[in-house]
Amino acid sequence: MKVGYYPGCSVEGTAREFGISVRKSCELLGIELVDLDDWSCCGATAAHNTSHLLSVALPGRNLALAEQQGLDKLLAPCAACSNRLIAAHKEMTESDTLRSEIADLIEMPYSSSVKVLNYLELILNYGMENLASKVTRKLADFKVACYYGCLLVRPPKIVEFDDAENPQSMDRIVTALGAEAVDWEYKVECCGGGFTISDPKLVETLSHDVIENAEAEGANAIAVSCPLCHANLDMKQAAINARFHEKRKMPVFYVSELVALGCGATPEEAGINKHFVDSYALIR
Amino acid sequence: MAAKIEQTAIESFAKEVEEAGGGRAAECYQCGKCSAGCPVASFMDLLPHQVVRCVQLGMRDEVLRSATIWVCASCLTCTTRCPKEFEIAHLMDILREISVREGKVSVRQKDKLRFHRAFLRSVESHGRIFELGMIQNFKMRTAAKQALRDPRVLMQDAMMGKGMLFKRKLRFLPETIKGKKHVKRIFDRVRRLEKSKGKK
Amino acid sequence: MARIGVFICHCGENIARTVDPIACAEAAKKMRGVVHAVEYKYMCSDPGQQMIKEAIAEHRLTGVVVAACSPQMHETTFRRASAEAGLNPYLCEISNVREHCSWVHEDKAAATEKGIDLIRVMVEKVKKNEELQPIKVPVTKRALVIGGGIAGIQTALDIANGGHEVVLVERTPSIGGHMAQLSETFPTLDCSQCILTPRMVEVGQHPRIKLYVYSEIESVDGFIGNFEVKIRQKAKSVDTKLCTGCGACQQVCPQKKIPSEFDVGLGTRTAIYSPFPQAVPNKPVIDRENCLRFRAARKKGIPIDECTVCGKCYEECPIEPRKAVDFSQTDEVVTEKVGAIVVATGFELYPTDAYGEYGYGKHPDIISGLEFERLASASGPTTGEIRRPSDGSVPKNVVFIQCVGSRDNAKGIPYCSKICCMYTAKHTMLYKHKVHDGQAYVFYMDIRSGGKNYDEFVRRAIEEDGAVYLRGRVSRIYRKEGRLVVLGVDTLSGKKVEIETDMVVLATAMQAQPQTDKLAQTLGIPYDQYEFLSEAHPKLRPVETNTAGVMLAGACQAPKDIPDAVAQGSAAASKVLGIFSSDELEREPVVASVDENICFGCLACKEVCPYGAIEEKEIKDRDGNVVRVVAQVNPGVCQGCGLCVAACRANCIDLAGFNDEQVYAEIKAL
Repeated sequence: MKVGYYPGCSVEGTAREFGISVRKSCELLGIELVDLDDWSCCGATAAHNTSHLLSVALPGRNLALAEQQGLDKLLAPCAACSNRLIAAHKEMTESDTLRSEIADLIEMPYSSSVKVLNYLELILNYGMENLASKVTRKLADFKVACYYGCLLVRPPKIVEFDDAENPQSMDRIVTALGAEAVDWEYKVECCGGGFTISDPKLVETLSHDVIENAEAEGANAIAVSCPLCHANLDMKQAAINARFHEKRKMPVFYVSELVALGCGATPEEAGINKHFVDSYALIR
Repeated sequence: MAAKIEQTAIESFAKEVEEAGGGRAAECYQCGKCSAGCPVASFMDLLPHQVVRCVQLGMRDEVLRSATIWVCASCLTCTTRCPKEFEIAHLMDILREISVREGKVSVRQKDKLRFHRAFLRSVESHGRIFELGMIQNFKMRTAAKQALRDPRVLMQDAMMGKGMLFKRKLRFLPETIKGKKHVKRIFDRVRRLEKSKGKK
Repeated sequence: MARIGVFICHCGENIARTVDPIACAEAAKKMRGVVHAVEYKYMCSDPGQQMIKEAIAEHRLTGVVVAACSPQMHETTFRRASAEAGLNPYLCEISNVREHCSWVHEDKAAATEKGIDLIRVMVEKVKKNEELQPIKVPVTKRALVIGGGIAGIQTALDIANGGHEVVLVERTPSIGGHMAQLSETFPTLDCSQCILTPRMVEVGQHPRIKLYVYSEIESVDGFIGNFEVKIRQKAKSVDTKLCTGCGACQQVCPQKKIPSEFDVGLGTRTAIYSPFPQAVPNKPVIDRENCLRFRAARKKGIPIDECTVCGKCYEECPIEPRKAVDFSQTDEVVTEKVGAIVVATGFELYPTDAYGEYGYGKHPDIISGLEFERLASASGPTTGEIRRPSDGSVPKNVVFIQCVGSRDNAKGIPYCSKICCMYTAKHTMLYKHKVHDGQAYVFYMDIRSGGKNYDEFVRRAIEEDGAVYLRGRVSRIYRKEGRLVVLGVDTLSGKKVEIETDMVVLATAMQAQPQTDKLAQTLGIPYDQYEFLSEAHPKLRPVETNTAGVMLAGACQAPKDIPDAVAQGSAAASKVLGIFSSDELEREPVVASVDENICFGCLACKEVCPYGAIEEKEIKDRDGNVVRVVAQVNPGVCQGCGLCVAACRANCIDLAGFNDEQVYAEIKAL
């Protein structure tokens, strides 16, 4: 299996363990990642919040590059990146006027040939039975609250992935790894997204409720597939505890870390050592 | 003082929003489901459905000056659940753009816009975000006010920054791409295009 | 020799202001074949009609042209007048110089010229007209009513009491429909079964009603006055002629935990069962899916006669010498001949598990309005106590949500289901009457309570029984420590609201019964995109369909409440009694006919006929061998639309009253 790889800005920086574990898990599963050469920022929330044209042009540049480089499938692990890439792809596909306007802006044509995948879809395509057969370390002590957040599954008409109210893709993956996927009520409730730096109070309030519900429903770990979610739930867990005068310790894993661990990677190889909240306890 | 309801104001605002891609506000039957499910509604002044109502009634300034359009986290819950399939989150994007163009951004929410701008400045310079630089840039413009509002924040940000450095999650130097100039050209062109559209 | 009379109406100023009637009359006099031409202020009046009759006699007219308003208005009037004067009514034609001329033009000179043209066209046509006779069709004075709910029951009783036999077919083991499942009805809070069961018994005992339960319509052939219907009586596994309804079999059946359809899954029933104690007929049926004996036979792959598993119902049955339980019973298809059909198949509810934001059905305490009725009903699974399905406790508060599925374009149901505002108000009152310190909350978008005493009823729920109404939809319901949290909004106060509750009742949309499309196709009647059956005209013909002889009543046509369903039931019955009021039906002779000498049986006409009026006919030789197949038009069903005439490749179909000669004559006259 071979797919194009669009790391995205966070994965090279604050979400480094996401990138490490994506590469490691793909290596262990035998999925070849072909890096998109000279990729640039997709614009994330900042672009679409301030300029529609920019919000299509920036991802459009990457889609056009992928097309030029012959990558018909493009893995974009960050949920914001995949959401914006797919949205730009859809908008250009549905409007010829926009498509040519963007082509002028980015100096490249795009003929809608690229399928953008998030990490969950990549692993689903790999196959749950195939995945289970590669598991050398069953995550038997893990009771995982699979947290999807907003951008992986919404809006359903654009991302066309899983179910927008009760998604199951991550649950199936962690189950194949031997963990228990907890049935909980905050699967798709927003963590506060990109306001980590600009409105910490908002993020802490929303993220607090996510962690609280996960714990209330019996989870001992949260799994995510988005750098924003991870930052808000892991890096800001101390601030959340401080604001709400609580002392929770809920480890937050990237689903790619779980896949890597399950397939035999050491915690360091999976990037676990980079978590703010100590996440070693459950790993045998 | 009663709000004046005028046909010209209603029609022109509705047309402006529709032409910008914000949808036909008349389609909203004000059921409120968007507001009911909005996770950040408690931080807003107008509720999401009230934003659409203002568009329906031609109340431009009310909505362009609101905190709401900036507090919106683009979580897309509203768009997903709207029974009339109205794209409220996209309307928020459109209103944000108009608000900036007309200089009506809510003062209390300006930090969010500053962050977006810091983000995009970083992209324009390097082609990708240089997180350290971007955060520094943002902090320089906002730290004083943030500190006044909530001193805890500075402390926590510092702790987080320390943590990120310690865990080797922050680059010290920006990484620039080959196509850096290409990306800059895209920004320039978009700015020019938007300026000419704004003049119409 | 043609002797045509032309009568031009002024219609007051309506025609005369733009089309000069005197000039028309003068011009008409000069037309070949016209022997009499006059104008008059109001042709449709008695003196006007008298003029026509006298002229027919005096001038021995062979044809009449009335230049006046649209034939839709007075064609019947003038044709009747002609008939009374002894002229075949189909030799009278209308030339529309009002809607087609004076009402759409301003230039008087040009309009008058056009008026004269229009008259000439009809004069030439009338010369080719034939003396047509109305088609007489015999009538079987028996009616078929499909569906045994309140609408079907009302229709059946009205027709039967009107003196005619009714065949009533019901899919489930008992009549009564959804009304039998209700606890109380708005706006009076009458006990539903108390007012329904007397009607049910009346149907069961009526000498002129033949009741088929546990049966479905297999096929329908024929046309108004002459339908042949095949009805499949599903095997009940009980000989109803022997069964006395003693109920002993149900007592001993070991399969006790089957979810009861009547209790919407909140209660259970046995495999041999009668759906509810007041069922009519009160004879049980065996649910072969769940019966242990039938299951074992299927599993082992042996015929039921050889299976010896269980059989307790058979043993317990006290009937002598032959038991009423009969495992070897098979489906039986019977044929009934009827003259009219009324469809009253009712509705079903949109599922409660359709919304992911409400849990996709995983929360047992989120129920439908109908389930709430069963809880409230004294004969229900909780004997009338409001209890949570999850743990049987009494809910301290209940949240009611209106418009679940209805008025939701995203779910493909943009329409309003009409009854939910009323029954939700009712539910809040029933809840309050049973749980005195409970609190009811209602999330609504609008309150639709337009019937008699309806709005007062809703106000009573709010003002006297303390129901709290919140205007807005609910975005999400989730589970929290054994209770449910409802996240909604009250747009009137402009606040997002959160309610912790014990039970949520969803007012789900009313939909057509499943497979209504198949039934409609079997009957040859139209239906809309929601599979609601289509009435002939939304304002003026609400209980008829476009297919002659097939009527509609009740919720199968559109969401409605009991008073409207009953009214429609009686209305449909009156249409049926109208059809049955004579031994023969007269139909307009404007029907198509096939020249069998030319027809080569391509049947393109059959393909295009919207009414199923064309059939194949075999032409046989003397030995009975089929020589050719041709098309044949059934004059009893044909509506004279002319599609077949247009479709015919061989030009061998013609339409009486509008045949090729007549139409070409009109065209050539211009």
